Amino acid sequence: MLTVRGLKRLHLSVSFDLPDGECVALQGPSGVGKTLLLRSIADLDPNEGTVKLDGMLREAMPAPAWRRRVTYLAAEPGWWSDTVQDHFAAWEDALPLVARLGLPDDCGAWSIQRLSTGERLRLGLARALMLRSRVLLLDEPTSALDPAAAAAVEGVIAERISDGTSVLWTTHDGAQARRVGARIFVMRADGGIEENRP
Amino acid sequence: MTYIQLSYGDLLLPALLVVMDGVFSLVLRLKLEKQLAVATVRMVVQLVLVGYVLTFLFAAVSPLWTALAALIMVLFASWEIVARQKRRLQGVWKYGLGAGCTLLAAGTVTMFALLTELRPDPWYHPRYALPLLGMMLGNTMTGTSLGLDVLTNSLVRERAGVEACLALGGTRHQALLPVIRDALRSGFMPIMNSMAAIGLVSLPGMMTGQILAGVEPVDAVKYQLLIMFLIAGGTGLGTLAAVLGGARLLTDHRHRLRLDRLAAEKSA
Repeated sequence: MLTVRGLKRLHLSVSFDLPDGECVALQGPSGVGKTLLLRSIADLDPNEGTVKLDGMLREAMPAPAWRRRVTYLAAEPGWWSDTVQDHFAAWEDALPLVARLGLPDDCGAWSIQRLSTGERLRLGLARALMLRSRVLLLDEPTSALDPAAAAAVEGVIAERISDGTSVLWTTHDGAQARRVGARIFVMRADGGIEENRP
Repeated sequence: MTYIQLSYGDLLLPALLVVMDGVFSLVLRLKLEKQLAVATVRMVVQLVLVGYVLTFLFAAVSPLWTALAALIMVLFASWEIVARQKRRLQGVWKYGLGAGCTLLAAGTVTMFALLTELRPDPWYHPRYALPLLGMMLGNTMTGTSLGLDVLTNSLVRERAGVEACLALGGTRHQALLPVIRDALRSGFMPIMNSMAAIGLVSLPGMMTGQILAGVEPVDAVKYQLLIMFLIAGGTGLGTLAAVLGGARLLTDHRHRLRLDRLAAEKSA
């Protein structure tokens, strides 16, 4: 279970629990701080508060080890090398997942430059899923996808949730929030969150 | 060893060449004449002053005065490194990183040359120590400032890629490595270009100066080779220290990218 107590970053002040195998949808207007919250849990920005995974403080482990367990996926995934397969530790192992997300087998050799926004989103997701993290912090993972591709992504994530992965999923799509979230958090302008049952 | 001495009067005719540049600027409306005049006056004043200062230092042969002159040179070099940065570190590291790296690199290779190659008596003799340090500082400064400039600009531009690697459990070293490599390549490039072109495209100033002062060209070449080896070593050392130091300062112990430690971008 992911435990967040008194997490503070700029105007944010948040506490909640995220049990194993649960997905919480996070909603709120643009600019209210949803991305900030996800980044803070992943410890990508300086922040205060207590964040634990199964009772273990995140400061008790090196930050890279924490992020392999609690993984943040940005709304616009970044790339650090020229081709798709350079971003995967074992490209061959990722192929079945890549195919399920609707991408062709030969896309490993593609240049990052030629990827569409939707392809980048799905490959970024595949790259994050290959870590088999305990917690996924997904920042609008289907925002630029057509309905079929979005459904494929939701299906893959749903499988991971049923395997015990916890997910915090930001979305502006109310229907999607109700579909994927066991609970819905709505972020307020003052940086707090309130819970709505879907 | 003989050389043709120049009086200040002898410099009047060549100075007309700068006036010629000013006329070009006026005729072509380049609006460079004021800048050209200021740069010319600065150059003349600075060089005449340094001539007198060096004359004093060479006569004094004092470790204290030599160290003071070296310190002032390092301070000017670190100020110049900061002036060349589009994005600068905040706080004490703004000047500290450049000063530390140029001092480390230029100081190390200058000491190396003084203690193992030139061996003047005393070893800190300002006639050898200061010109050597000046040349090392000038070149180290170029590599250091270029390396730091590419590092900071690339980190801002490639932020998404760097943070993606960090978010997937990469260490700060793994995440910054492509940017660090680019920055190091850029820092090393000027000295490598200069080494490749020297003798064919350009005759270096120091060698030309020695030849004009009556030194045999073959002997002047040996001095120049020594200087080039020292510059290459100093530039490598300074650039490496600055880029690795900069990368360290722009990340933290939790392997986070800390671009908030950069001051606002300098306006053009």
